Amino acid sequence: MAPALVWLTALMVVPCALVLALAFFRRGIYGGIDYTFTLENFGLVFDPLYAGIFLESARIAGTATLIAVVIGYAAAYAISAAPRRWQPVFLFFAVLPFWSNYLIRTYAWIVLLNREGLITQLLRWLGYTGEPPSMLYTEGAVIAGLVYNYLPFVILACYAPLSRLNPELAEASRDLGASAATTFRRVILPLTVPGIAAGAVFVFVLSIGNFVTPALLGGGRFQMIGNLVYDQFLTANDWPFGAALAMALIAIMLLVLMAQALAADRAAGRAAQAGGGTDG
Amino acid sequence: MAERSPATRRTLWLVLSLVFAFLYIPIAVLVALSFNEGGLPTAWSGFSLKWYASLANNSAILSAALNTLIVALVSTAIATLLGTLLAIGVEMRRQYGKGLEALIFAPMIIPDIVLAIALLSFFSMLNLTMGLHTIILAHVVFNLAFVCSVVRARLKSFDWSIIEASADLGASAPTTFRRVTLPVIAPAVIAGALLAFTLSVDEFIIAFFTAGAGRASTTLPMQIYAMIRFGITPEINALATIVMAVSITALTLSQRLNRGMIGQ
Repeated sequence: MAPALVWLTALMVVPCALVLALAFFRRGIYGGIDYTFTLENFGLVFDPLYAGIFLESARIAGTATLIAVVIGYAAAYAISAAPRRWQPVFLFFAVLPFWSNYLIRTYAWIVLLNREGLITQLLRWLGYTGEPPSMLYTEGAVIAGLVYNYLPFVILACYAPLSRLNPELAEASRDLGASAATTFRRVILPLTVPGIAAGAVFVFVLSIGNFVTPALLGGGRFQMIGNLVYDQFLTANDWPFGAALAMALIAIMLLVLMAQALAADRAAGRAAQAGGGTDG
Repeated sequence: MAERSPATRRTLWLVLSLVFAFLYIPIAVLVALSFNEGGLPTAWSGFSLKWYASLANNSAILSAALNTLIVALVSTAIATLLGTLLAIGVEMRRQYGKGLEALIFAPMIIPDIVLAIALLSFFSMLNLTMGLHTIILAHVVFNLAFVCSVVRARLKSFDWSIIEASADLGASAPTTFRRVTLPVIAPAVIAGALLAFTLSVDEFIIAFFTAGAGRASTTLPMQIYAMIRFGITPEINALATIVMAVSITALTLSQRLNRGMIGQ
């Protein structure tokens, strides 16, 4: 196991530590690195201009997460309610698109949304004659792309607790007079929180650091943190600031992961109270 | 499950149909367009393979495909070896340190862009000339983590006493590995390798940052990205169809091997 650990240390731990260190230096006059200690880069992260981009990214990622969780949960619920022998098949086909190339899945949306794309064609065919709607290079396009790319994972994450639910719990709730809606809200939903949390964290973390989707579907009009980091390294040549941005990204990710662990813990406590609904 | 009313059942089927339509229509459109003579979504002008033929004559795409194949094969080979040994080492000791777990888990969750800039900074600080070799070094990092996790899942149910039995019967350590351990974990090793291969073929951001200047070490995803930014050409549809077919085949195979193991 030593060679693998050496590899990970040399090509992941050391480079990441290097980036962390880089964030504490000044940018050189000609774009290089001036090795004097400074906290300026972290200060700049909180500059209204950049803090605004962080908030925008969080908002876009949050919207995508919300939509993906709602659709993904509904899909997972429908799969878990299908006949047992069909469930693995549905699940397999729900995850299959996730295995194809991310760029290609994103490109597919350019084909659908561009001005002469499929949706415009469809509208024309339906008798629409006006200007083609601008759908590509909008915030909606970015969100659609993120939801599309990460939905399969939400379905997978939500299906796991749903398929383990003890059906007798829902029956008991109904027998005791609760409506279907109340049963869902008070019994099923709380027991499946860990799956929702896992799916949500996945979509949020991957969306907020995303670089490809805003670049391709947002047409560069929507700066997200990933694009900002990219710019600092490849165009603006301000590596120390880019490093500080990357560290802020990691910090957000760790916070979200901690929140998820907390939610899962609390849900486990509730499940124990509800009488071992998740021990199946 | 409790009996559901016909209305509820209809709603559930509707949800499933809509979700599958959402997941598959964009891909289906791409595949269909790749066979469209005119190549544009404006009209269907007849079935044709001409966009596939024009791919075969596009030297930029062919050289990118070759680069991708080299990177994927070499990084998969190294990652499979290292990842398998790591999995065996960790599972045999059964002492799961938190730090060790974090180290193995990190490459799977660290944002691509962060690993990409970290490696770019690292390589340029070492004054290393970047090219296919640096992409390979980088790809092994996440590939070995994925191989390790697939093999570890298999080893969780491994009966370590058969190793002792083999040693007691006089087999040397290498013989035991070759005749006892390897046959048991082989499906997981192959499944892990297929997963690693696909991840490497599809990986864009890390390759983009560690490929260095110049077009010599452009990989297929980098080429696709450049083509998409340039605009829609029917050739991308054909290329996309081929790439999707390759990765879906490799991963379906990987999944089957994994599922076969559960049945054992």
